[in-house]
Amino acid sequence: MELRKEYVNELARLMRENDKIVVLDADLAGAGGTKPLYKEFPDRCIDVGIAEANMACIAAGLAAEGFVPFIHSFVPFVARRALDQIAVSVCYSEQNVRIVGFDPGVHTTSNGGTHMSFEDIATMRAFCNIAVLDVVDGVQLRKALPYIVEHKGPLYMRFVRKQTDELFDESYQFRFGKADKLADGDDLTIVASGTMLFDALEATKRLQGEGYSVDLLGIHTVKPLDEEAIVASARKTGRVLTAENHSIHGGLYGAVTEVLSARCPTLCDAVAVRDKLTQVGSLNDLKRDYGLTADDIYVRAKKLLATK
Amino acid sequence: MDVVQFSKEIRRQTLRCLHSQGSGHVGGSLSIVDVLAVLYSKHMHVDPKQPKMADRDRLVLSKGHAGPALYATLALKGFFPEEWLDTLNKLGTRLPSHVNVNLTPGVDMTAGSLGQGLSCACGLALANRLKGVKRYVYVITGDGELQEGQNWEGAMFAAQKQLDRLIVLVDSNKLQIDGATKDVINVEDICAKFASFGFDAQRVNGHDFDALDQAITAAKSAQNGKPQCIVMDTVKGKGVDFYEAMGAGVHSTTVTDEQYAAALEELK
Ligand SMILES: Cc1ncc(C[n+]2csc(CCOP(=O)(O)OP(=O)(O)O)c2C)c(N)n1
Ligand SMILES: [Mg+2]
Repeated sequence: MELRKEYVNELARLMRENDKIVVLDADLAGAGGTKPLYKEFPDRCIDVGIAEANMACIAAGLAAEGFVPFIHSFVPFVARRALDQIAVSVCYSEQNVRIVGFDPGVHTTSNGGTHMSFEDIATMRAFCNIAVLDVVDGVQLRKALPYIVEHKGPLYMRFVRKQTDELFDESYQFRFGKADKLADGDDLTIVASGTMLFDALEATKRLQGEGYSVDLLGIHTVKPLDEEAIVASARKTGRVLTAENHSIHGGLYGAVTEVLSARCPTLCDAVAVRDKLTQVGSLNDLKRDYGLTADDIYVRAKKLLATK
Repeated sequence: MDVVQFSKEIRRQTLRCLHSQGSGHVGGSLSIVDVLAVLYSKHMHVDPKQPKMADRDRLVLSKGHAGPALYATLALKGFFPEEWLDTLNKLGTRLPSHVNVNLTPGVDMTAGSLGQGLSCACGLALANRLKGVKRYVYVITGDGELQEGQNWEGAMFAAQKQLDRLIVLVDSNKLQIDGATKDVINVEDICAKFASFGFDAQRVNGHDFDALDQAITAAKSAQNGKPQCIVMDTVKGKGVDFYEAMGAGVHSTTVTDEQYAAALEELK
């Protein structure tokens, strides 16, 4: 099932239970997938038109009166176009607004450079008290949503609307702020967020096939980060590779190295976008061009292992 | 080529460009073809051999998702080879579906995040004034796009600074992505809004070549210290029956082999 379908089904269920949840869109209700909610909850679904900054502040006003508004758009429009509004009316005023960005980073594909954002995790993460989530699949998204509704404070999350690939099965348990351990090993730690976890898993299997043992941590909550899991793993392996569909500046790599430099200085490397302009292309071409494939993870992992 | 034939050829080449990807922003590309035909056959002072000529008219396609229509026009004018039209959105292309000033000869400003073009056009017009270049700056916006508040910051600025060589062309096709603009967030009366912001504003049929030509001629010759606005009543998907009939769904839709063939048949 597409993530946007998973999302809207679970949100509908939660809206039936909780009359404080409000949905806001900025002319992308159809594209983002929330459109069916407008029929069932005509009063609690609001399309503000092409006006994302307005949307963020309307949501802040609703939240100040006890509602839990979810605002939606493509990542750059919901997270960047409304940045000062999010900074002041949402984060600084500590409102329970949920900011939902579709099609992060390379998943923008044919919408191209103006719609592609590699800095959303960095900017959001820098705000005080906001939670930042990079979702990997539909199961995780569905299991996270009940928590997301209840979370106290602002929260930002990003996911790929049309993705159908799944990593987890029904037994998956979402634990806010906790890493998911996907492999246990001593030679190298790989920490991956969002959809890069698929590639990290592939690279891990390849490395395991060559006899290396890899500690693989999946990170959905980039903030607050699971510091204990990362420090413990780094102590064990002594080498850490991060993988994210984001700029190397200020995202997962930033978060992980901030923790390690203070608590467990470790040689690290990153699979991330290295200061390169956004552009248009197919998903595979973009992943290759920005160095975000399983192959790139494998190559950088081997280089890190060679330093041991 | 007269303007009627030119517009038909632009439509054909626009669909060729979109067909190369199999889908894209069909509706909003087709709705601006006629104004592009009038601008580039009668008004734009540009030289395809010198796309960066200092003394040229500028066009900001603020509704940057309509890139394919502008690319078809520029290719037909000789700014770049027509074969480029088959590279839409491929990695490394010079033609991304949202316009980019650094990639495409004849494109004067990057756009695609809606609502920024009018302000950029103000900057271009101001630069022309500072440099003593007496040329026009055109900006094409969508109607849904006018929901972005920045447009109105730009409009106030243009009036305050008396940018009377700035000509705003609003593609009023009455549709955006989630439905009819009047049902999402009404932007009408667009003409009255711009007039109240200090513009000379006119409303014309955006598919009537003579009316467009006259409106642009009038806007250029006004020179009265007021920025100019032309609201164009248009049809999203204009020129191909089955696209016109799609309503809001035509915003981003397929151009399959069959649809392409049928459209070319209609545009003979
Ligand atoms: C800031 C921003 N928000 C959202 C979008 C996504 N988007 C692309 S086109 C569009 C609708 C545009 O409607 P309109 O301006 O009426 O254009 P047209 O009908 O001519 O295609 C939207 C919401 C965007 N490109 N930029
Ligand atoms: Mg429109």
